[in-house]
Amino acid sequence: MTPPNTHPYLLESASQTAGPYVHIGCLPNDVGLPMYGGANLGARMLGDGFEGDRVTVRGRVIDGTGMVLRDAMVEAWQADAEGRFPPDAAPGFHGFARSGCDADGVWTFETTRPGAVPFADGRPQHPHVTLMVFARGINLGLHTRMYWPGADLDGDPMLARIEQRERRETLVAREEDGGLRFDIRLQGPGETVFLDV
Amino acid sequence: MREMTKTPGAKGGLIQRARGVHPPAHDPAYRTTVTRSPRLAPLSFPSGPAEETGPVFGHDLLGERDADLITNFTGEEAIGPRIVVTGTVRDETGRPVPGALLEVWQANAGGRYRHARDGYLAPLDPNFGGCGRCMTGEDGTYAFRTIQPGPYPWPNGMNDWRPAHIHFSLFGHSFGQRLITQMYFEGDPHIPLCPIVGTIPDPDAVDRLTARLDWQATIPMDTRAYRFDIVLRGRRQTPFENRPEAL
Ligand SMILES: [Fe+3]
Repeated sequence: MTPPNTHPYLLESASQTAGPYVHIGCLPNDVGLPMYGGANLGARMLGDGFEGDRVTVRGRVIDGTGMVLRDAMVEAWQADAEGRFPPDAAPGFHGFARSGCDADGVWTFETTRPGAVPFADGRPQHPHVTLMVFARGINLGLHTRMYWPGADLDGDPMLARIEQRERRETLVAREEDGGLRFDIRLQGPGETVFLDV
Repeated sequence: MREMTKTPGAKGGLIQRARGVHPPAHDPAYRTTVTRSPRLAPLSFPSGPAEETGPVFGHDLLGERDADLITNFTGEEAIGPRIVVTGTVRDETGRPVPGALLEVWQANAGGRYRHARDGYLAPLDPNFGGCGRCMTGEDGTYAFRTIQPGPYPWPNGMNDWRPAHIHFSLFGHSFGQRLITQMYFEGDPHIPLCPIVGTIPDPDAVDRLTARLDWQATIPMDTRAYRFDIVLRGRRQTPFENRPEAL
């Protein structure tokens, strides 16, 4: 079925799954391909010269049967501590990171607590990072957010839009081992809130 | 709370994603989607700076051979039909997207990936890694050189084969434009048989993922050329712009 074209000009190219070998293209050095001078794109969100607090974020991606994905790639994009995005951010702050999953299905990146970034209507939002999940079986990259814990969830304009209050919790990290922990549930009980923005 | 600077309704918001062009999350014919598809509706809201900004990569990121998959693994030439893939990256408003980063990956000429989890019978090519990257120029055009990948079987139904394809990952100017897709080859009889292609509801959208032989760009006695144009999400334009472009 062809949808009505409400777009003024061209239609976006259709998405296709990143497939089981996304690492070859996006994280080649993780799968034994020594490419690009040995450094994967997005290997570090905090580069040389970054001064500020560092926190490690870890999580897993879990399917509808409770199985942990080991072939997923998770990408992160966020503002610096002052709420600024690159190229206007603090020295050494890249804002972007991507991670594959280790043998236990854990993705990880090191970051810093972001400052407030405005919602579409200008109201400030609580500290969060935008995440995208790509994997075999995911037809269109899944867009979500991880919020820093301790926030007043009612005060965030995006979280306030989630009608079922308990679902807001799916977007909030918890403190663990001196860092943050954030699991993404693709389906079923505790399904993460995904975004269409 | 401190009010932040952005005028409601000002230009710059991302055009809502045309969900009808994209595959639905759940499509039982592509079996892995059954357990990896969210069942609840996604939450929609207008984009803000978090979605309208995105990582920007400079041309200095690229190494000399990044865009040449024929030689970028060992320096020796990979085996297979030599092709150049070119095209223009535009946004939905039709404007070229300069400085977009394209990452590509693919199987070798026999249909085998250089990956521990690919156990297909076809041999590895010692000189083919299977990945590369390039960026669009000021006019939104890109080019890379590679060998034409082979079709390969995959565990889904009893006898499913992927059409020959190249995986593409694109960064435009904003994270909300992020796109991963695949390029198919004109005339490949596997295209209508493939459950992954079949996740796309609109046949025209499949056609737009199908590269055309570009006879004029063919290098005689050397390399054939395929043309593959890509469209990323665009941003609304209104005459009331009062906020500088985020990037
Ligand atoms: Fe593939």
